Formats: sequence, structure tokens, C-alpha cells
Amino acid sequence: MEVKDIIKPENLVYEKPKLLTENTMHYCPGCTHGVVHRIVAEVIEDLNIQERTIGVSPVGCSVFAYNYIDIDWQEAAHGRAPAVATGISRVNPDKVVFTYQGDGDLASIGAAEIMHACNRGEDIVVIFINNAIYGMTGGQMAPTTLLGQVTATTPCGRDAERNGYPLKITELIAQLPGTSYVTRQSAHTPASVRKCKKAIKKAFQNALDKKGTSFVEVVSTCNSGWRINPVDANVWMEENMFPYYPVGDMKDAERDSKEAHLKKN
Amino acid sequence: MAKVVGAVVVDTEECKGCGLCVVACPQQVLGQNKQVNSRGYHFSFMENPEACIGCSNCAIVCPDTCITVYRVRV
Ligand SMILES: Cc1ncc(C[n+]2csc(CCOP(=O)(O)OP(=O)(O)O)c2C)c(N)n1
Ligand code: SF4
Ligand code: SF4
Ligand code: SF4
Ligand SMILES: [Mg+2]
Repeated sequence: MEVKDIIKPENLVYEKPKLLTENTMHYCPGCTHGVVHRIVAEVIEDLNIQERTIGVSPVGCSVFAYNYIDIDWQEAAHGRAPAVATGISRVNPDKVVFTYQGDGDLASIGAAEIMHACNRGEDIVVIFINNAIYGMTGGQMAPTTLLGQVTATTPCGRDAERNGYPLKITELIAQLPGTSYVTRQSAHTPASVRKCKKAIKKAFQNALDKKGTSFVEVVSTCNSGWRINPVDANVWMEENMFPYYPVGDMKDAERDSKEAHLKKN
Repeated sequence: MAKVVGAVVVDTEECKGCGLCVVACPQQVLGQNKQVNSRGYHFSFMENPEACIGCSNCAIVCPDTCITVYRVRV
């Protein structure tokens, strides 16, 4: 069969989700942000909640996320997305609110905001892109940077004595009674993309069902910041990130704190 | 036994030539073009079209969602 006979509307099996705009993403070639944006767009489309969903974008490379997914958005100050999302979600309980944050944004300058939003059990979704670096500002050390990892501010590699240890913030968040679903995923192979989509869909369904905070970390690459080409960056991630940040669900339960839920209603 | 054949269309102007689709393809269908698009990227293309099974693996790992996939039983 010739290619031109296969390429017909009736044979279509995969196309770009309608919720993704025509804007060319500003991300570097091979950047994980693009994959996760598309997964989020597909989930919103599948759940048919385009009109009800409000995203809160961070400071970091994904600062312009609002240019790419055709829903309502609010840009937050660096690290403050969970606080902004709290306000939006409480004033509009019928809306589905999510934050989209990098590791610098969430685990460094915004460490307090994320902890307290999760501890309050806000009915929001958090998408956490952990690429172990500050991508946007030129590849400086993040709290999540691995020991020995070379960055612009750790030219000899991160050293525990000088820089402290890589922060497993997702493990900390899983301890908080306000969270109902806490998982770590990746999006670098076809199988992991499919799994990641399942996790993000569950998180959005939890928000619809008012089950407390759902938190999805995606272990990601920043090939520019790491100074590795996109294909090898995925290999580096598997070899170096996965042993320290193992993928899998950390918590998948109804919210422990029933009282917090009662107080709000 | 019914055989499945597939084909992909790459948006050559949107492609950034990252190569992630090339390694994700189980059939070694895709390659990076020697030519570049208007932004200077070696866009992906079907180097070996008859091997495509329309599995969509290439499309779902593409950060820029440049790939549309077609599949038909023959
Ligand atoms: C209050 C404030 N402090 C510092 C900065 C500089 N800054 C911009 S982005 C960023 C870190 C981004 O890293 P991350 O959140 O990991 O996002 P990535 O770009 O890696 O996706 C920093 C420190 C800022 N914009 N505002
Ligand atoms: S600097 Fe890193 S995180 Fe930012 S767009 Fe480039 S690859 Fe992605
Ligand atoms: S994954 Fe997408 S952007 Fe990267 S080379 Fe393939 S088609 Fe181009
Ligand atoms: S649809 Fe599957 S077989 Fe065809 S090019 Fe893409 S990954 Fe390869
Ligand atoms: Mg980062």
C-alpha cells in the first residue's frame, strides 16, 4: 500500500490535541516541558473540562505555558503558584485549578507555599517538572540538583558539605495528610508518556471529586542546562536521576484528614 | 492474518530536529533529514516508510507535537 493511500482522514489515529494552540513553543529542542504540556492538554480534552479549568503558570522556562494550552490561566510570582491557585480554587469551587511548576520554582523559592497548600489539602492539581536545574536562568544549581552534578554554580559538581543534599520534596509532600495522590512519573519513552498521562488524568479527576491535593512530579530533562543532546539527556536521566528519584506512586488514598474537609464546606 | 500498515506526516516547519522520535520508533522508520527547515533544524522524515505500523510512539514522545499518524488494516 502506498503512503498516499494510508494518509487519509478515515485512517487517522493520532493528531495534535485541539487544546494546543498553533503557537510554536519557545522551548529548546527535546525539552520535556513540551511533552507534559501536551499530556495536560489531552487530559483536559478527554475529561471535557476546558471551560472549567484554570492553570497557574510559574516563573521558569514554563512561564509562557499560557501561550500553548487554550484554557484560562493566571501567571504567578516566582514560587507562589500554589497560593494563587488556593485563592482561585476557593473563590471558584466549581473550577478545576492546577499549578504547573519547575523544581526551582516549587522546591526552592516556593517551598513554603507548596508545603502549606498541600498541608491544607487544597482541591488542586500540582504538576511538578523536576529537571534538577534552573533551566530558564542558564543552568544554575537547584535544590534537586544531584550530588556531583555540574551546573553553572557548581562547576566542580554539587558537594553535600557545601551545598547540602538533593531535596526529595515529593517524598516530604506525600507525608502531608492534605494530599490524596502523590506520584513520580517520567515522560521520555512511549510507555512512560502513557503512564504519565494516566497519572495526570487521575490527578485531575481527584480535583473534580474534591479529594484534596494531587501532586504529580515528572522527572524531566533540561538538555540545554545539562549540556547534553536531547537523546543522551534521556539516557543520563535514566542512569542518574532515576536511582535517586525513583518513579512510581507514593500515595494514593482518600484524604486522611476528614476534619479539614468538613471545615471548608 | 490481517496486517497493519501505517504512515506519519511530520510538520517539517514545526520540527526542531531533537531526534527523540527517531529513537522511540520500534521499526526504525524515521531519520533526520540532511536538509534543514527555515529555522535551521534537521527535520524528521520517513526514511523507511514501508516499515511503519502506525503505533504512534513517535508522535507521543515529540515535545512539539509535530507528528500525525495514520494506520490501516490490509
Ligand atoms: C523573585 C525572583 N527570584 C529569582 C528569579 C530568577 N529566576 C527566574 S526562573 C528561576 C528558576 C527557574 O528554575 P525552575 O523553576 O527549575 O524552572 P525551569 O526553567 O528549570 O523549568 C529563577 C531563579 C525571578 N524571576 N524572580
Ligand atoms: S533551558 Fe532547559 S528547561 Fe528550559 S526550555 Fe531549554 S531544555 Fe527546557
Ligand atoms: S520528536 Fe518532534 S521535534 Fe523532535 S525530531 Fe521528532 S518530529 Fe522533530
Ligand atoms: S507510527 Fe510507530 S512505526 Fe510509524 S514512524 Fe511512528 S513510531 Fe515508527
Ligand atoms: Mg528546573
